[in-house]
Amino acid sequence: MFELFSYGDAGWGDEILRGLAITVQLAIVTLPVGLFLGFLAAFASMSKLAPLRYLGFGYTTVMRGLPEILTLFVVYNGVGLLINAILHWWNPEASPTEFSPFAAGVVALGMVFGAFAGEVLRGAFQSLDQGQVEAGRAIGMTERKVFWRIRLPQLWRFALPGLGNLWINMLKDTALVSVIALDDLMRMTKVAVGVTKQPFTFYLLACMIYWAMCVLSELVLARMEKRANRGIRRAS
Amino acid sequence: MHPIEIITQYWPRLLDGTLLTIKLTLLGALIAGLVSPAFALIRVHASPMAQAPLRLYISFMRGTPILAQLFLIFYGSGQFRPELQELGLWTFFRDPFNCALLAFALNSTAYQTEILRGGILGVPQGEIEAARAVGMSRLLTLRRVVFPHAYRIAWPALGNEVILLMKASALASIVTVFDLMGRTRQIFSRTFDFSVYLWAALIYLCITALFVLLWRQAERRLDLHIDARHKVRNANQPQKDTMT
Repeated sequence: MFELFSYGDAGWGDEILRGLAITVQLAIVTLPVGLFLGFLAAFASMSKLAPLRYLGFGYTTVMRGLPEILTLFVVYNGVGLLINAILHWWNPEASPTEFSPFAAGVVALGMVFGAFAGEVLRGAFQSLDQGQVEAGRAIGMTERKVFWRIRLPQLWRFALPGLGNLWINMLKDTALVSVIALDDLMRMTKVAVGVTKQPFTFYLLACMIYWAMCVLSELVLARMEKRANRGIRRAS
Repeated sequence: MHPIEIITQYWPRLLDGTLLTIKLTLLGALIAGLVSPAFALIRVHASPMAQAPLRLYISFMRGTPILAQLFLIFYGSGQFRPELQELGLWTFFRDPFNCALLAFALNSTAYQTEILRGGILGVPQGEIEAARAVGMSRLLTLRRVVFPHAYRIAWPALGNEVILLMKASALASIVTVFDLMGRTRQIFSRTFDFSVYLWAALIYLCITALFVLLWRQAERRLDLHIDARHKVRNANQPQKDTMT
C-alpha cells in the first residue's frame, strides 16, 4: 500500500507534497494581509470619527457572519468580473483575463482573517493598562511615542492567543481554495483519488497532514505565548 | 439582469435553499447537542486513559478542515461500498445530505463537548456539595444542579458554535446538496449574474441576526431567576435600612 504514497511516477507522494507547498504558501502570504486588514479594522472601530467607526463595525460584523466559501466565491467571481469590466472599458479589444485563484484565495481569506483579527486587536488594545499610557503622557511622551513604546509592545501579549486561534482557523480554511481550482493539498488529493479510486485512504492522508500542521502550530503558539508572557508576575 | 429581477424570478429556489440550510444546521446542532453532555461528563470525570480516545477524536475534529471531513465521509465511504451494502448502510451514505449532516454533527459534537466541559468546570464546587448535603443522588445532582448551571455558563459559547456550524453548512453545496449556497451557485451558473451572491450574503446575514436575537432571548429566560433574585434583593434594600 505504501507505494501509493511514494515519491516519483509510481506514487502520489510528490504531487501531494506539491499541493501541501501551495497550501503553506497561501497561508503564509495571507497572514500579513489579514493582519494588516485587522489593524485597519481595529483602528477604524476605535476611531473618534463616527463614519469610520461604523465602517469598522460593518466590516467586522458582515465578514464574520458570512460563510467563508461565499466570501471566496464573491471575491473570485466578483473581482474577476470587475477586472474584466475595467479592462474592457480601458481597452475594448483586450481579451478577458482570468483572476488568479491564488490571489482570490489570499484576498478572501485575508478579508475573513482581518475581520476576526480586528475584534481580537480591539479587545487587546482595550485591555492594556491605562495607567501606563497615562504615565507615558505624564513624562511628556507624544501620542505617537506612547503608541510605539507602550501600547504596541504589550498588545502582542494580549492578542497572541486570539490571533493564534485565527491562524489555525485560516490554515484549515485554505482547503476551500481547492473549490476554485487552486492546486492545493485538498485538490491534489482529489486528483489522486480520481486516479487510484481510493478516496478514504487519500482523504484520510490529507486529514492527517492538516492535523499535523494544526498540532505543530499549537505547539509553536504555546511557546510564543510563554515567551510573550515572560517577566509577567502571575498570581499562583 | 437587474438585481431585483433575480430575486423576483428565483425567490422560490432561494427560499428552498434557505430552509435546507436551516434544517441542516439545526439538525446537526441538535444531534451534537444530544451527544455532547455525555462526552463532556467523560472529559470532566473519567480517568485520563479512558479519555484518550475522546481527546483524540476532539483533536482530530478541531485540527482538520470541515471540508476534508466531509470529503472523507462522502467520497471515502465509496471505498467501503461492498461492506456498507452488506450492512444496509449504503443508502445512507449515498445521499449527500446525510453525509453532510453526519459530518457536521460529528464536528459540532467535538466543539460542543469542549464548550460544555468548560461550563461544567465552571459550576462552583459548593453548589455540588450543597446538593450532596441535602441528600441528592449523583444523577439528581447532575440534572438539577450541575447541568442547569453549566448550560447557563456555556450558553453564549454554544450560540457561537451554532453560528459557526451554520456558516460551515455552506460547504454542503460542494457535495451537491442544494442548500442556500448550492442554489446560489446553481442560479449563478445559469444567469452569470453576480448579484445573486449578494442576495445570498444578505440572507445568510439575516439568518445569523435572527438567530442571535432568539439565542439572547433564550439566555434571558435561562437567567430569569437570577434577575428575579436581584430584583428581590434590591426591593429589600430600603426595608433593611429602616430596620437598622
